[in-house]
Amino acid sequence: MTPAEICTKLQEKFGADVVSALVEAASPYVVVKTERIAEVAAFCKADPALVLDNLLCLSAVDFHKEKEPRMEVVYHLFSYTHFHRFALKVHVPREGARVPTVEATWGAANWHEREAWDLFGIVFDGHPDLRRILLPDDWEGHPLRKDWTDPDFYRGMRVKPTEQMADKAMKGEEFGTGPFQHDPFNAHVPVSGGEA
Amino acid sequence: MSATRPITSADTVGWRIDDIGPDEMILSMGPQHPSTHGVLRIELITDGELVRDARPHIGYLHRCFEKHCENVDYPGVIPYTDRLDYVASMGNSLGYCLAVEKLLAIEPSPYVQTIRVIMAELQRIASHCVAIGTYGMDLGAFTPFLHLLRDREKILDVFEWTCGARLLYNYNWVGGVSHDVPEGFVKACREIVSEFDQITYPELVNLLIGNKIFISRTAGVGVVSRELAISYDLTGPNLRGSGVKYDLRKDEPYSGYENYTFEVPVGEGQYGPKGSCFDRNWVRVVEMKESARIVSQALDRLEKLDKTDVREKVPKRVKPAKGEVFARSEAARGNLGYYVVADGTAVNPYRVKVKSPCFTAMSAFHHVARGVMIADIIALIGSFDVVLGEIDR
Repeated sequence: MTPAEICTKLQEKFGADVVSALVEAASPYVVVKTERIAEVAAFCKADPALVLDNLLCLSAVDFHKEKEPRMEVVYHLFSYTHFHRFALKVHVPREGARVPTVEATWGAANWHEREAWDLFGIVFDGHPDLRRILLPDDWEGHPLRKDWTDPDFYRGMRVKPTEQMADKAMKGEEFGTGPFQHDPFNAHVPVSGGEA
Repeated sequence: MSATRPITSADTVGWRIDDIGPDEMILSMGPQHPSTHGVLRIELITDGELVRDARPHIGYLHRCFEKHCENVDYPGVIPYTDRLDYVASMGNSLGYCLAVEKLLAIEPSPYVQTIRVIMAELQRIASHCVAIGTYGMDLGAFTPFLHLLRDREKILDVFEWTCGARLLYNYNWVGGVSHDVPEGFVKACREIVSEFDQITYPELVNLLIGNKIFISRTAGVGVVSRELAISYDLTGPNLRGSGVKYDLRKDEPYSGYENYTFEVPVGEGQYGPKGSCFDRNWVRVVEMKESARIVSQALDRLEKLDKTDVREKVPKRVKPAKGEVFARSEAARGNLGYYVVADGTAVNPYRVKVKSPCFTAMSAFHHVARGVMIADIIALIGSFDVVLGEIDR
């Protein structure tokens, strides 16, 4: 099926819950109401004309500078029966984002959703095992958000030197070694033809 | 600053004591175990020698790839992509370049595309040499590993001759490649292909794949059904091992793959149920032979084509219009997908997400690991051919 046909089918079934659609572009997608995404996902997989049985990728994007700051979760789908591709999107607020999980429909969503929670702080309601996946368990914050700033401390250790500390280190006062001097590797080798 | 969610003990520990039964124990395997191909930790609940459940822990090699991408310009991402799957770097940068070229709507000349195909297929052979060689070593067969690494060296020599690097090439550029092939390249590649057909392939089949011990260690172990493979988005040899005949080079051709004749091997289940560890490796072995076929056809094509400047279409400044693209290509380990979002105002990507084939393969691991013996866990990890650099990014 072409993207336009898939879009029409979803609009027939879900009506106003399909918020907007862009089917003529190079990468077509529809935006679905966040609360209905699990049902839309199940329908996409079960409908014999769609059979979108493969979740290619689940990615989150942080649009913090738009007029209405938001985050998007993008589901790229593929069918191993009809060999067509399609994408679903949901919009979530930047603060307190919650999306129903699609883990029951596509197993691959399990780790992708954990990654989106880990790096963006999006909570997937109903996820069986929503833990951090790439970052340490005790990490604070979600670094792929656009307003992220590097922490000064991690577990009580200072990980980002202050300007004074950097300055002190360059002057060699920190370890009492004296100012930093650059010695070339071959400083001890006399230059041939020159004076020794 | 973000959604609040109470941190529970399940966040910080794996299984708790009440998760395990009276005769069971928790065994932590890795991250320094030699068979985990990098730094992977797997928590196992074992009952004697039987594995009741498994839980992989990843992230030991996390290098913030996606955060880095947002802070460098589009061509600047390419060296980072090389470091994702460091055993098959050519395929990674090719996938990224295809995605950005799609955003910019440029298509390299047939000459450049043919060079890219040769490089990608040679890299696939080299990568499968490592995959099968180390897999044999995991199972106790040391000699095939040495033979395969000897033959991989010759491919790396050609890469070094072309672009100066042996492992991380930065060879594929947006719109072209960094260097033209040197004088005598075609002859050297033909020698590699004929040596592969006459020596490497028969040796590999006789020494390892047809070996009775190898077959009994792998056939019937770790069976992945077609449904599980599709649901968990297993791709590449892992998917084809389960009998799904799908290959992007054939079904969604890119870089001129439609010009070459080759077969797509699938698991046949010669020695047991279809989709076992043996089938996944069998697919890799046959795939190497098909790659050699593609290389020799591409070399013929390269000789006939007019030489063009390989950097002819490399843009001076990459600044795509506002848009997004999800492009995928058939890397050595499966379908590598890049989701690139451009905001139209900056020279650096707004967001890059990598769908790594090893990441999804590892997420299906607990399904396959339940009910096997501890020794077979090692056979299982190797059969998925995961590279942790790509999982952790």
